[in-house]
Amino acid sequence: MSSTPSGSLPNPTRRVEFDVWRGDSAGGEFKTYGVDVAEGMVVLDCIHKIQAEQANDLAVRWNCKAGKCGSCSAEINGQPKLMCMTRMDTLPQGQRVTVEPMRSFPSIRDLVTDVSWNFRVKKKIKPFKPRKPDNADGSWTMYQADVDRVQEFRKCIECFLCQDVCHVLRDHHKHDEFIGPRFLMYTAMLEMNPLDTENRVADLKDHDGIGYCNIGKCCTKVCPEHIGITDNAIIPMKERVVDEFYDPITRLFRMFKPRAS
Amino acid sequence: MTQTPYSLPQRRSFLETKRTDRWWIAPLLVLAGFGGFIVYSTWAAFQANNYFIGGAAQPGVQHLLSPFYSPVFWDPRGITSGHAWFGELPNWWPGWLLFSPALLILPFPGGFRFTCYYYRGAYYKAFWGDPASCTVGEPAFRGLDYRGEQKFPLILQNLHRYFLYIAIVFIGLLAWDGYQSFWHSNADGTKGFGISVGTIVLVLNPIFLGAYTFGCHCLRHLVGGKHDCLSCSKSREATYKRVSWLNARHMLFAWISLFFVGFTDVYVRLCASGTWTDWRIL
Repeated sequence: MSSTPSGSLPNPTRRVEFDVWRGDSAGGEFKTYGVDVAEGMVVLDCIHKIQAEQANDLAVRWNCKAGKCGSCSAEINGQPKLMCMTRMDTLPQGQRVTVEPMRSFPSIRDLVTDVSWNFRVKKKIKPFKPRKPDNADGSWTMYQADVDRVQEFRKCIECFLCQDVCHVLRDHHKHDEFIGPRFLMYTAMLEMNPLDTENRVADLKDHDGIGYCNIGKCCTKVCPEHIGITDNAIIPMKERVVDEFYDPITRLFRMFKPRAS
Repeated sequence: MTQTPYSLPQRRSFLETKRTDRWWIAPLLVLAGFGGFIVYSTWAAFQANNYFIGGAAQPGVQHLLSPFYSPVFWDPRGITSGHAWFGELPNWWPGWLLFSPALLILPFPGGFRFTCYYYRGAYYKAFWGDPASCTVGEPAFRGLDYRGEQKFPLILQNLHRYFLYIAIVFIGLLAWDGYQSFWHSNADGTKGFGISVGTIVLVLNPIFLGAYTFGCHCLRHLVGGKHDCLSCSKSREATYKRVSWLNARHMLFAWISLFFVGFTDVYVRLCASGTWTDWRIL
């Protein structure tokens, strides 16, 4: 325990050793820093303390410190998390804490990765294409059950932790063939919207690589917004792909029932 | 897709991870639970005996039929269960070809579980480390040749809905077995009503299996999920909500029903072999 500044309330601290990844696209290594951790601190606080007191050149991306901007994504003790939402008292006591950048994206420096691939992927998804307005004033009518289903996906803060944890990207590097859980969910949000008239199902199969997902649910487990990515977005999209391409009976029925435009 | 401009970090070797929690417990439990069930059910399916109790030869004993053997198309030669749809095994069945009533039917519920979205995610991890757990390194040989369910053979998992259709029929058949378990044969040839521990087991079995089957992701899609407009039909919306409720507990019911259907076979098998007695409650 270290002492507190005179005149302030007692604030007991404990010493925690941090192994922080230092390096860039050419390579790097873990460096160890000791931090006096006080009650209520999160991992991002500790990283900032290291930056302020021991390693001024430590690169870390952050913004809101409230779990809403999705900037401070990293791997803490090997698990993708937001540094600002990971309280130190939730980590195992008396053990070193490992902090490293997301492994599915190229390293820029230290804890900062280049996530621009995600933005390029998003641009390639067919955008929202609404039907003609339902009402004379140019508005649409949409019922709550339909709103609820797609609204869940709008909670996404684009922290890309789901992309990071997905083994298809992380271990198999299928970035050229697979858009990842974040954008499968984004596509689901568009596809399930009753106002939308675009069809993205063929793209899901042929270009977006939905078949590479083997439903490990790691994306769902790491989502800081607790979105049911696998159950509510990816599997429903897989089923729509089955409808279109793998189910002979459904295809037969469709021959007699033309798709509504 | 645009190629990323930087080289990605090196892959990790098999089972390598920075995780400090006991990540290996879940895949080990799946390996033990699902693997153990496969071994036991395969063994039980090949036995071709001890799959029922009750009937004219056992007056006063409730009619219990193992779910691994239901429905019974033919009884093996020399056995009269009273449950066979077509009686004893016909003469055209080659003598050299092994026969067990269970082998004719188990591939269907087995296929339903094997292609189930929940089990897929679980056994890919537990059986062949794909990945062993989240952020845990995979076997190096898979590397860039990973095929997932995009290509053969796992693209066949898309047949899951066909196994679902059959599984729903099985729920009805097992519910009928549950109803049959309320009855026993009397010495004078009449039937009597009764409730035994086995009756409770055979009634609970289709309930648990139904909770698992009717929470299937495919069913959720078929009853409403495939439509963009859920609210366009009140019955669709209501059915979708109910299936979604079960779907949110799909893993729970997957395991409960798996163990209970196995236990049901164990119960009937031990009663039929004389190890246990099916105690009458009523």
